[in-house]
Amino acid sequence: MIRFENVVKRYPGEATDAVHNLNLEIESGTICMLVGPSGCGKTTTMKMINKLIRPSSGAILIGGRNIDTVDTIELRLSIGYIIQDTGLFPHMTVGENIAVVPGELGWKKDRISSRIDELLDLVDLNPKAFRNKKPNELSGGQKQRVGVARALAGDPPIMLMDEPFGALDPITRARMQDEFLRIQEKIRKTIVFVTHDVEEAIKMGDTIAVLKLGQIVQLSSPMEILSNPSDPFVSELIGGRNSLKMLSLMRCGQIMKTLSPAEVEEARGSPQGILGMKATAQDALSEMLRTGERFIFVEDERHDVVGVLDFENLLERVNRHGITS
Amino acid sequence: MVSLRSPLKIVLLGSIGVLMTVWVVENPQDSVVARLVTYDKVWGLLLQHFYLVGASALLAVVTSVPLGIALTRPRLKSWAPRVLALVNVCQTVPSLAVVALSVGFMGVGSRPAIIALWIYALLPILSNTLVGFQEVDPAITEAAHGMGMKAWRVLFRVELPMAASMIMAGIRTAVTITIGSAILAAFVGGGGMGNLIIAGNNISRAQVLVLGAALPVLMALMADLFFEGIEKRAKY
Repeated sequence: MIRFENVVKRYPGEATDAVHNLNLEIESGTICMLVGPSGCGKTTTMKMINKLIRPSSGAILIGGRNIDTVDTIELRLSIGYIIQDTGLFPHMTVGENIAVVPGELGWKKDRISSRIDELLDLVDLNPKAFRNKKPNELSGGQKQRVGVARALAGDPPIMLMDEPFGALDPITRARMQDEFLRIQEKIRKTIVFVTHDVEEAIKMGDTIAVLKLGQIVQLSSPMEILSNPSDPFVSELIGGRNSLKMLSLMRCGQIMKTLSPAEVEEARGSPQGILGMKATAQDALSEMLRTGERFIFVEDERHDVVGVLDFENLLERVNRHGITS
Repeated sequence: MVSLRSPLKIVLLGSIGVLMTVWVVENPQDSVVARLVTYDKVWGLLLQHFYLVGASALLAVVTSVPLGIALTRPRLKSWAPRVLALVNVCQTVPSLAVVALSVGFMGVGSRPAIIALWIYALLPILSNTLVGFQEVDPAITEAAHGMGMKAWRVLFRVELPMAASMIMAGIRTAVTITIGSAILAAFVGGGGMGNLIIAGNNISRAQVLVLGAALPVLMALMADLFFEGIEKRAKY
């Protein structure tokens, strides 16, 4: 768990605090998104966790220990760090890049080597093909995967990610987000993720901290932020269409009505749209609009229809959260 | 292909030098030239020239690279323009004057020559070292620090390799210039190919003069090709 206690950061020569009296608790194994416009203090907040920036006052605790009492190098080695454009070292191969932190930790050569293969597998890059490539031979998405692999190399409990997908094209970005969530399901790290993209925050976050002028204006779950924005600034940041965004947070598999075998038999061969369990309710709505029907079927991984989702169901789900704006 | 072609060019230039020497030694204009130009003597002067260039360039590398590194550290950063200006001023003093001045301190011989040549080799290496380090993306060094690398490891494993090709380019310029300037060493008794030029001039023998001038030129071209290869290899 990471805890900020009354943390203030004022840069020398500035009239106002970059981060003002910040209190924040980040649960272990969750993703906390720091979101806000440029200059809101989100990156400063994050860099204080690995001591790249020292707070002017206040305390930051990791697992109950004040980070001031922890050796800087030791602290940083236990925190994975990914920045925009990944910060990969251009003169090192992919394998050497990943080996940096294990090397600093003093691991043996063969352990590092097998770790490189393991991580490249995890981020879906063929180890044989990629470990000896230089970063400039990689596409933007591949670099990002290597960046993730490098940050995970020492198996740190915490990861800091500073707009990691900011430089990618929208399609690659969406794919990387999905894959990162898939990886996170396996590794369950405590992640602090900085972004200026609210859509990304809503998609990736377990909790979202909206920052404005160095202060947290709202700290809650994505669903709560969408249904109850705490003030006009947050509403403006979300930029409307809240209900549609809420639908994008619901999975068909979670909100469908399960069908009995007889009903499944009946559904077979009907022309209605069919979606997978992991499709979002937004996809379902779009599918309904496309087919002109008020319901769609949901199928499992083996392409067997298991449930149904209808329009009334969606209406009720969104209304239950009571949109206030 | 470049890597294959430049060793070939170096060998070619070397053989031109050897052929010229052989031609002068085997077909001297007259007995004066025959006495002055022998294989032993040319070889001896060549080695002296090498020594002058090697010693001064090495001295320049071990002084200006660490100086360049120091001047790119946060604490000394503000000093970089001032130091660079000072070295620049040294560069504008005519080389012969520097050679003559250093004789005042150290007497005649190869030592004053090496000191003078060293001062000339400083600037290209220092300025390239500065540029090489300044061009390293600060986001990359910050990533390195953020990952938990110690400061000296960031310097040696990240910054230095990334600046290496730029530093090599500076060394290349310095060595090529120094090979030419080293001719001046002959004026202060430092030896080298300058001896042949001065002697050839004094006795008005074109063969000696041309040989003495051609050999350093060939050396400079060869050194340029050699360091170009290293510079390319240092590129990531």
